Amino acid sequence: MATLEVQGIHSFYGNIEALKGVSLCVNDGEIVTLIGANGAGKSTTLNTICGLVRPRQGTISLDGEVISGLPAHQVVARGVSQAPEGRRIFSRLRVFDNLEMGAFLRKDKDGIASDMERVFELFPRLGERRDQVGGTLSGGEQQMLAIGRALMARPRILLLDEPSMGLAPLLVQEIFSIVQIINAEGTTILLVEQNAHMALSVASRAYVLQSGSVVLEGTSAEVAGNPEVKRAYLGEG
Amino acid sequence: MLKRSLRRGALVGGVLVFIALIGAPAAFAREPVVRGVVTLSQLLLAIGALLAGSGAAPATRTRSTGAVVAAGAIAGAVCMLLLALLALLVSAVDLRQVLVNATPQLVDELTLGRGVVTGSTVLVVLGTVLGALGGWSTRLPAAISRSAVLAGAAVVVVGVLRDKGLAIAEAVALGVAVWAVAYGRSRWGSALATRYQRVQRRNSTMVSIVVWIAGLFILLGLPSILGTYGTSVLDLVGLYVLMGLGLNIVVGYAGLLDLGYVAFFTIGAYVTGLLTSPAASTQLGLSFWIAWPLAMVAAAGAGALLGIPVLRMRGDYLAIVTLGFGEIIRILVLSDTFKSVLGGAQGIIEIPGPSIGSFTMMRPQHFYYLILIGVMIVVFVSRRISDSRVGRAWMAIREDEDVAEATGVNLVKYKLLAFAMGASFSGIGGAIFASWVHSVFPNSFTLLVSINILSLVIVGGIGSIPGVILGAFFLVGLPEVLRSFADFRMITFGALLVAMMIARPEGLWPAKSRRRELHLEVAE
Ligand SMILES: Nc1ncnc2c1ncn2[C@@H]1O[C@H](COP(=O)(O)OP(=O)(O)OP(=O)(O)O)[C@@H](O)[C@H]1O
Ligand SMILES: [Mg+2]
Repeated sequence: MATLEVQGIHSFYGNIEALKGVSLCVNDGEIVTLIGANGAGKSTTLNTICGLVRPRQGTISLDGEVISGLPAHQVVARGVSQAPEGRRIFSRLRVFDNLEMGAFLRKDKDGIASDMERVFELFPRLGERRDQVGGTLSGGEQQMLAIGRALMARPRILLLDEPSMGLAPLLVQEIFSIVQIINAEGTTILLVEQNAHMALSVASRAYVLQSGSVVLEGTSAEVAGNPEVKRAYLGEG
Repeated sequence: MLKRSLRRGALVGGVLVFIALIGAPAAFAREPVVRGVVTLSQLLLAIGALLAGSGAAPATRTRSTGAVVAAGAIAGAVCMLLLALLALLVSAVDLRQVLVNATPQLVDELTLGRGVVTGSTVLVVLGTVLGALGGWSTRLPAAISRSAVLAGAAVVVVGVLRDKGLAIAEAVALGVAVWAVAYGRSRWGSALATRYQRVQRRNSTMVSIVVWIAGLFILLGLPSILGTYGTSVLDLVGLYVLMGLGLNIVVGYAGLLDLGYVAFFTIGAYVTGLLTSPAASTQLGLSFWIAWPLAMVAAAGAGALLGIPVLRMRGDYLAIVTLGFGEIIRILVLSDTFKSVLGGAQGIIEIPGPSIGSFTMMRPQHFYYLILIGVMIVVFVSRRISDSRVGRAWMAIREDEDVAEATGVNLVKYKLLAFAMGASFSGIGGAIFASWVHSVFPNSFTLLVSINILSLVIVGGIGSIPGVILGAFFLVGLPEVLRSFADFRMITFGALLVAMMIARPEGLWPAKSRRRELHLEVAE
């Protein structure tokens, strides 16, 4: 059974159908990437999984249990957490409080403390700035905080929405290598990216989304080898 | 350098002439600050000369002390010369057709009651001396001069608050005490703080008990220092602190802009009136002590009720709807439909003061202690809650609703909790208010109250508990203190408000997380 199973979801903003029957699945321990052009519906897919957008049709299940239709605060309780597009950290709260908020539903004080230490190990720059207000962090640090905050929920599956957005190449490398470490430690990841190169190099499988529909899926190698993908997303040929 | 002195002196002198012509000196003359020594209008002139003098001194330290003093003296003299000329002009030509305040009384005030010729000379001489003093003060270490300003301000405020001003001895004692404390603080403050922390760590309970008791004594003693009028001002400030802290939860912590906050104050007051007044339609005549918790619960309930329809609203929409809610409540209590129950425009009268045994609270001094207890409880609750999980959830909602929900915050639950909790503080305020003024009328509960409360939260520093308290003193206490100046009250107050928001847009005592930010942004 897949960890996350999305079956034929249709999501709307008013009358605009942003997702036209998207299906995908993520197996335990995998990194799966979702790539596509601007406005293809990638963020909408993640927000629908999170419960922030309600699908009109289709089901989403986590470890076989249906989670579509639940409000967002209950979805995170089941083990789905997202580092959203554009970071969206709590800019007036300190780094420490942002991370605490990530663990909002957890009651295990010791576990929270040790997870926070782990986040500071993964991102030493956050550790040095734990009392700094989130809004004053650099873009890269904010991205680290967004990922750290999502990790604090100890999710079954971590949703990352364009973690490389607006970051210098070196920092993108760093973030991606940390994403791989997080995955190696047992967290399943669904990664949305514009940077198809990087995404395909860390993911085992990939989906290509176009105008609200999945137009291609397969292993990363297969998808990377597709001439259309090469042309449109990898800037080759 | 001469040019600078002239310019500065002329500037301050011009402002003083303007103030004189709008009639301030005559009004201020009735306000003794130190009994038999100096009135507020004389102080105004003196402060002007001092400012001119200190402003004339160049910022750099390259000039000698003598030069600085001379620059100050020139500026002070120029400044007072303008006023002397005004006095001469007004006494020679009758300008009252054009300038209603150009009266002989003004001349009298400006010339210190010594006749035009002698008085003008004295004025200019004093201006020179004070200007020189002002110039010289810029050469003093900042710690000394700043403490002196603070001490002077304290004497003026207390002197104005006291019905007949301070006695000389009192003024001197107060000034010296404030100066010493302020100086000590700026000089040894940080060393003292570390010392204090060290001692506190060693036997923390002991030290904090001593500090608390000392603070408590000052608070308990305030009514006898300030007298009846001062205490009633303090009572009003206290009520606004109660409400401000309530609104601070809604707006400051949870970021929900509520413009109809007066509604809960109204509900608290009316519930208390209905339950306690023998003249009310209900004729229950219950005790205040039974009424206030019910008033609080009713207000909290109304808060939650208001919360339900606005759950999905953000920012400006929320503001408009809550604004409407405040008006609806006021119109309801005013309406003929409920006149038989709520009394319509006549309101509810004969609301008894709270009584303990055979003793009934009547005087402002009695209510002071009641309000003090209320404020202390509310401060305590506010503090605890802002550090708690609930407080963190509110702040997350304030920062980003969607993300807050995605981290597990139940928006419905926490928003309603914020509305209810904020409303309950206001309900307590309403209950005390009703029993303090012994009556409730719809007219006491206008939109202006909501705006006042919101302003004091913003001016004080949104989200900050000491900020709200300072804001209440500034926005509620100060206008009361200025009340004897009738027309100038709002001019002065408005000018101060504008100046303050320019100088300190983040509030008087901003919450830590807000210090870096300059502008208030409302929800989204
Ligand atoms: N809140 C909203 N209201 C209305 N339309 C929306 C909203 N959010 C997204 N859309 C629309 O839905 C479509 C999909 O948007 P989405 O944000 O999912 O794209 P995306 O694939 O994440 O793009 P990008 O790579 O630029 O982030 C777009 O056409 C967008 O305009
Ligand atoms: Mg997107």
